[in-house]
Amino acid sequence: MRSGGVTRVDVRYEAPETLQAAVALLASAGEPAKILAGGTDVIVQMETDLIEPALLVDIKKIPELRQIVAENGGFRIGAAVPGLTIMDHAALAKTWPGVLDGVKLIGSIQVRGRASIGGNLCNGSPAADSVPPLIAAGAIARIIGSKGTREVPVEKIPTAPGKTSLAKDEIIASFFLPPRAPHSGDAYQRFTPRTEMDIAVVGVGINLTLDSSGTCTAARVVLGAVAPTVLLSKECADALIGTKVDAAALDKLAAAASAACRPIDDKRGTKEYRIKIAGVLAKRTAQQALEVARKN
Amino acid sequence: MSKKYHVTTTVNGDGYEYLCEAQQTLLDVLRDELQLAGTKEGCATGDCGACTVMVDGTMVCACLVLAVETDGAKVDTIEGMAQGDKLHPLQQKFLELNGSQCGICTPGILIAARALLARNPDPTETEIRYWLAGNLCRCTGYDKIIRSVQAAAKEMRGA
Repeated sequence: MRSGGVTRVDVRYEAPETLQAAVALLASAGEPAKILAGGTDVIVQMETDLIEPALLVDIKKIPELRQIVAENGGFRIGAAVPGLTIMDHAALAKTWPGVLDGVKLIGSIQVRGRASIGGNLCNGSPAADSVPPLIAAGAIARIIGSKGTREVPVEKIPTAPGKTSLAKDEIIASFFLPPRAPHSGDAYQRFTPRTEMDIAVVGVGINLTLDSSGTCTAARVVLGAVAPTVLLSKECADALIGTKVDAAALDKLAAAASAACRPIDDKRGTKEYRIKIAGVLAKRTAQQALEVARKN
Repeated sequence: MSKKYHVTTTVNGDGYEYLCEAQQTLLDVLRDELQLAGTKEGCATGDCGACTVMVDGTMVCACLVLAVETDGAKVDTIEGMAQGDKLHPLQQKFLELNGSQCGICTPGILIAARALLARNPDPTETEIRYWLAGNLCRCTGYDKIIRSVQAAAKEMRGA
């Protein structure tokens, strides 16, 4: 490793085959430990000395973390399933196109051969592309720790850039995507200067349900890259619910999305720019989700 | 003394056994321990694709894989692409159509392009460009790269 002559800690690597064994390793670790799934963030952070874990717990040999299964009318996606496997899942693509669009925007093909949605979430970036559509979908994370199992809505997991609400000995095992009501659709769009290999200036995930007359009866609107964490906005959802998602509703949505932003200035965009784009992108994403919902 | 991990793997069909430290990447081991230096190091952070290899049939950046993770895995690198003196059609077309300039990105792009053609023998130009989005060419010879992939695809389809 290229570490500029700095003495490195001796890293221990473990690849347990059960969740219980993985949790036990994390619980008993006296030194800094890191969970290794696809490694596309963790290995870079090690390489650049941002983190110096003494223990790596590779969770990819745990079977339930590596599979996608149908469950109670929905889907359960293992937290360490690589992005490419998710993208190639025909039933998921049909039911949750927005979730798949988020996954498709993570890094390159090479990165998606390894990167997982569990890792994308736990890395704690407010610009993570798979997180807004997962939250919009109402995804529930199953978290396993020494004290047992918790089922937690995904929006409760990120707490700050790089931080999550997981305890030291907890692992996300899987995500449950709930069954779909008729006339439901989801979408994720992000704005970046380049079409590929870029990080969101703004990302918007929207999931909505219509009744048989085309009136929106339920909506979840999620904004990425415009606050310290991904934001689930009730005000944005309220702008859509009870409407036909017409021009007036979309204008209200745009205003609510811009109002919800608490962005930073950085090299990808200024605060003002992000606030403006959040409104524009929310409209576009709602229109896309609406098209999907009308077909279902 | 750092703990060493014993790894048994096949690279381009040949069996290898080696010892590595937990934090050594597959790229480090390929180049420095196994003397398979055809796989290049560009950024070492997964952005440039120069170190693209196949692990168990999946295209990955070797800099984003720990060597210890590949115990029992099948690794394929650029050294396995030609069959003896016979170049792969992609290699041949890159030569004929100047798909390679300085050459640093070429091994990674050849591996990535072969993976694309295995999945989609007749990709559109847009599909090729998106598939190769994770492979940067510092000479910016992208058009000739795309033409070379298209020509190889055509030949491989027998068209």
